[in-house]
Amino acid sequence: MISHATIEKNLGLLIVLTILIVSVGGLVQIVPLFFQTSTTTPVAGLKPYTALQLSGRDIYIREGCVGCHSQMIRPFRAETERYGHYSVAGEFVYDRPFLWGSKRTGPDLQRVGGRYSDAWHVAHLMNPRDVVPESNMPAYPWLDRPLDGSSIQTKMRRLNLVGHGYSEQEIAGASAELEGKKELDAVIAYLQVLGTHAPKN
Amino acid sequence: MSDFTHGFWPIYISVLTLVSIIGTWVFLKSQTTRKLAPGEKPELIEHTWDGDLQDLNNPLPRWWLGLFYGTLVFALAYLVLWPGLGNYAGVLKWTQIGEYEAEVKAAETKFQPVYAGFMKQDIATVAADPDARAIGKHLFLTYCSQCHGSDAAGARGFPNLTDSDWLYGGDPDTIKATLTDGRAAVMPALGEAIGPQGTQEVANYVMSLSGRKHDAALAEAGKAKFAENCAACHMPDGTGMQAMGAPNLTDKVWLYGGSEATIIESISKGRNGVMPAMAQTLGTTSNKEAKLHLLAAYVYGLSQKQ
Repeated sequence: MISHATIEKNLGLLIVLTILIVSVGGLVQIVPLFFQTSTTTPVAGLKPYTALQLSGRDIYIREGCVGCHSQMIRPFRAETERYGHYSVAGEFVYDRPFLWGSKRTGPDLQRVGGRYSDAWHVAHLMNPRDVVPESNMPAYPWLDRPLDGSSIQTKMRRLNLVGHGYSEQEIAGASAELEGKKELDAVIAYLQVLGTHAPKN
Repeated sequence: MSDFTHGFWPIYISVLTLVSIIGTWVFLKSQTTRKLAPGEKPELIEHTWDGDLQDLNNPLPRWWLGLFYGTLVFALAYLVLWPGLGNYAGVLKWTQIGEYEAEVKAAETKFQPVYAGFMKQDIATVAADPDARAIGKHLFLTYCSQCHGSDAAGARGFPNLTDSDWLYGGDPDTIKATLTDGRAAVMPALGEAIGPQGTQEVANYVMSLSGRKHDAALAEAGKAKFAENCAACHMPDGTGMQAMGAPNLTDKVWLYGGSEATIIESISKGRNGVMPAMAQTLGTTSNKEAKLHLLAAYVYGLSQKQ
């Protein structure tokens, strides 16, 4: 057995042994997830985000929505009664990065798609208290401005590198899809698709 | 989880986990020296720092070692009882979905008889029951208050449910149909068809219908345009049509606002009032039918003056 003194006096050996020890958790808990069907196969019907939804998702990230809204419904009755079916891994296959979040100052948003009308979302994002007087969510009035779609094709190509599978036609049409849209439209398009492929039973 | 793409992975997990635990045990054992005999001096390690600092090789405290071995024993016991080693399900056969389903089943067993009782009654009877109203209020706050408000008085564009004005009808069955399947109202944008001048004329005519202050000349000019463009849904006398969700324009209730500017906006850009289908929102929750029944009764009860 290597003695305590030997390890302390050989910096290289100390580094190697430290890395070995701290990586065991990841090697056992994270690496095998890349080789599980349930984590790597999309749920039925799930498609990569369209150009508009993808832009909305980036705005969601930019505005820090994830700081107050989770996108992860845990298998507890209290959550499934309010939000719907608990989350399953295959719903997040095209989420890079994941926006699971860890804090719910506001409600979970993973199943928000279709729950409210577009008009509700417009009113709510402009000033949440217009529709929910008790709300403490900040207003996002600046979203009512033109969407900058200049980098959308680069984004889609980069995502193709990790397997999103956008066709050349979809990438070519992306700029046209964003033409004349507002940031508000993009965020709402993103919110309205969230959770729409939830398990139905 | 038993859906690994290859049989290698469960073995990989089990081996790494067990080797780590056993390896830690062996390593700990190898590094802990014996207990000092009474009066024995600890070994002096042969080096000095800063001229006079010396290092004694004291044995590790027994209580600390005990805790460390305790965690190793805990880990092994855990891996026997619960899933953790590859595909091994554990002696207790616990799964998080199993626990969830047991929780749901327990709740259903508890609430089913309550719900079943209400399901046998018609909506008007349920609406008068204080217990049903208490349940309905909680359902309303969970699923409906975001649009209609926690007091059910609505907001701009979202109808007030406490008055007696109904877009689609306020009888129990219609309320239930509205909230089960949702509604999608389409007021077309007429700005291009009738032009800015025509829009203002029609707006003034609409304002005259409910006795609001209006420009009589404009209203008179708008009358024919109303008959031509609006009467098909709002009826020639402006009293609306519940089958289409077309509001009554002769009363004092304005969903989007009754000012001239707002009415002009409604006419020129159109309106699309959407009530989401609660059958879909309630999707996979338990006792869905009963919840729809109780919600319909609660909403019906809101506008019934006691």
